[in-house]
Amino acid sequence: MVRDITIGQYYPAQSRIHSLDPRVKIVCTLFFLISLFIQNSLPGYAAATVFLGIVICLSKVPLKYIVKGLKPVVILLLFTVVMNLFLTRGGETLVHFWIFTITESGLRTSVFMAIRLMYLVAGSSIMTFTTTPNSLTDGIEKLLHPLNKIHVPVHEVAMMMSIALRFIPILLEETDKIMKAQTARGADFESGNLIQRAKAMIPILVPLFVSAFRRANDLAMAMEARCYHGGDGRTRMKPLKYHGRDYAAYVITVLYLVIMFVIGRFVSFKLWIF
Amino acid sequence: MSIKLEHVNYIYSQGTAYEKHALKDINLEIPQGQFVGIIGHTGSGKSTLIQHLNGLIKATSGTVYYDGKSIYEDGYDMKKLRGQVGLVFQYPEYQLFEVDVITDVCFGPKNQGLPREECEKNARWALDLVGFPEKYYQQSPFELSGGQKRRVAIAGILAMHPKVLVLDEPTAGLDPKGRDEILDQIAHLHKETGMTVILVSHSMEDIARYVERIIVMNRGEKMLDGTPREVFSHYKELEKVGLAAPQVTYVMHDLKERGFPVSPDATTIQEAADEIMRSLHG
Repeated sequence: MVRDITIGQYYPAQSRIHSLDPRVKIVCTLFFLISLFIQNSLPGYAAATVFLGIVICLSKVPLKYIVKGLKPVVILLLFTVVMNLFLTRGGETLVHFWIFTITESGLRTSVFMAIRLMYLVAGSSIMTFTTTPNSLTDGIEKLLHPLNKIHVPVHEVAMMMSIALRFIPILLEETDKIMKAQTARGADFESGNLIQRAKAMIPILVPLFVSAFRRANDLAMAMEARCYHGGDGRTRMKPLKYHGRDYAAYVITVLYLVIMFVIGRFVSFKLWIF
Repeated sequence: MSIKLEHVNYIYSQGTAYEKHALKDINLEIPQGQFVGIIGHTGSGKSTLIQHLNGLIKATSGTVYYDGKSIYEDGYDMKKLRGQVGLVFQYPEYQLFEVDVITDVCFGPKNQGLPREECEKNARWALDLVGFPEKYYQQSPFELSGGQKRRVAIAGILAMHPKVLVLDEPTAGLDPKGRDEILDQIAHLHKETGMTVILVSHSMEDIARYVERIIVMNRGEKMLDGTPREVFSHYKELEKVGLAAPQVTYVMHDLKERGFPVSPDATTIQEAADEIMRSLHG
């Protein structure tokens, strides 16, 4: 039932990518996304493919999962491809049919756009597949730490994020339990018209809210009991620390970014579409 | 109205990284009117097992028969089955949602399509059966004590007049007095109505006093199945899987080992006391 939904889509495995510092993964993903936009040529996409391929291999996440992650953007992808295919003018006309014209550059742009979009999603999903939501928030907190100077409550925001993430599976499980308990009492959630169905949700929502408030209260109590007083002067049990592999990852990604920049600068700059 | 399980297997999240084989080839028959205890460690599959009994989860393979009919057949009336096999979940008080006690207990009968007066009659009968005082019928269920909330929740299932009552850890989180009261009430209910009662617990002491048959679950498999006497005679094996026989079993075995002429298969304190008295006088 509800429990089958995976949130944060973390894929547990032991790989070189999993063991990287979350900050490295966030920054390198950002670099990868940038690299897709500073060039627009065959050699550039070939380099991106090689880079992405190696990362996927190293991460031990089955390709099946990554392809599944592309599903939600299929509509957007199709829309972009069709728009670019018919609306981009320039180069030789390949097909002319009634009011539709497909030109050489239209074909090029649409194909490259599709690849770019797919790589964007695949690249960022690799990050979420290999990083637990909690270490991701840790990484974000550490990266945004300088913003504290301009009075952005970075720690509080990060704490709220990790609590929210922590509660998603708990509340899902709770919903599952309550649904089952009410089903056992003969409740029916699947039949009836819209109003009847909305009404049928009351026996789930009321207990769910009650339990969410109870849990929030308990958690606040437990945090207070352990003297939580916000981020000031707070140390960590497992502070984020860069290791050799993290520096290596930075170096490799920066090198890749430089290569992409060079490709973008010197190869077929005329196809730049932004 | 017997329940029969044949080669039931259940696998959670099949085909993902979180796959878990929760039930392995379970074969079981529970005749009408029996008082059965299911015992096992956390994660032994007992909660998964009982959710099969009213079709809340469907076995990955294998069949569940109720009253001789497979409940997985096309067009089987699941709603009716759920009225007949009443399942009380762990911490059932978290499923209360209505404005007052009596309306909440009416929820089950109402879903069965009974008219209003009938619902209320059943609700009153059920609340009476679990010993819930009438003066609180109009109170909000959220203002009651833990033990009372649990009574209301159990009454919510009983009001559907089930033929089989399944209770998942009905005493979890209650103080000793509340625990004894609830268990006594359930035993009383079994005697009064003749319904099948299936009691899930991880406390041997709780179960030994009431049930006539114990099923021991371990890692998704049925490990032992028999009368309390038979099951507790395997107390060494029980210990190996992290369960313990009631303390009297240990006392009696110890006494026997040290040369007292007692028979070690007493399961309750009363039986043990009688046995010791008998051996001293005789």
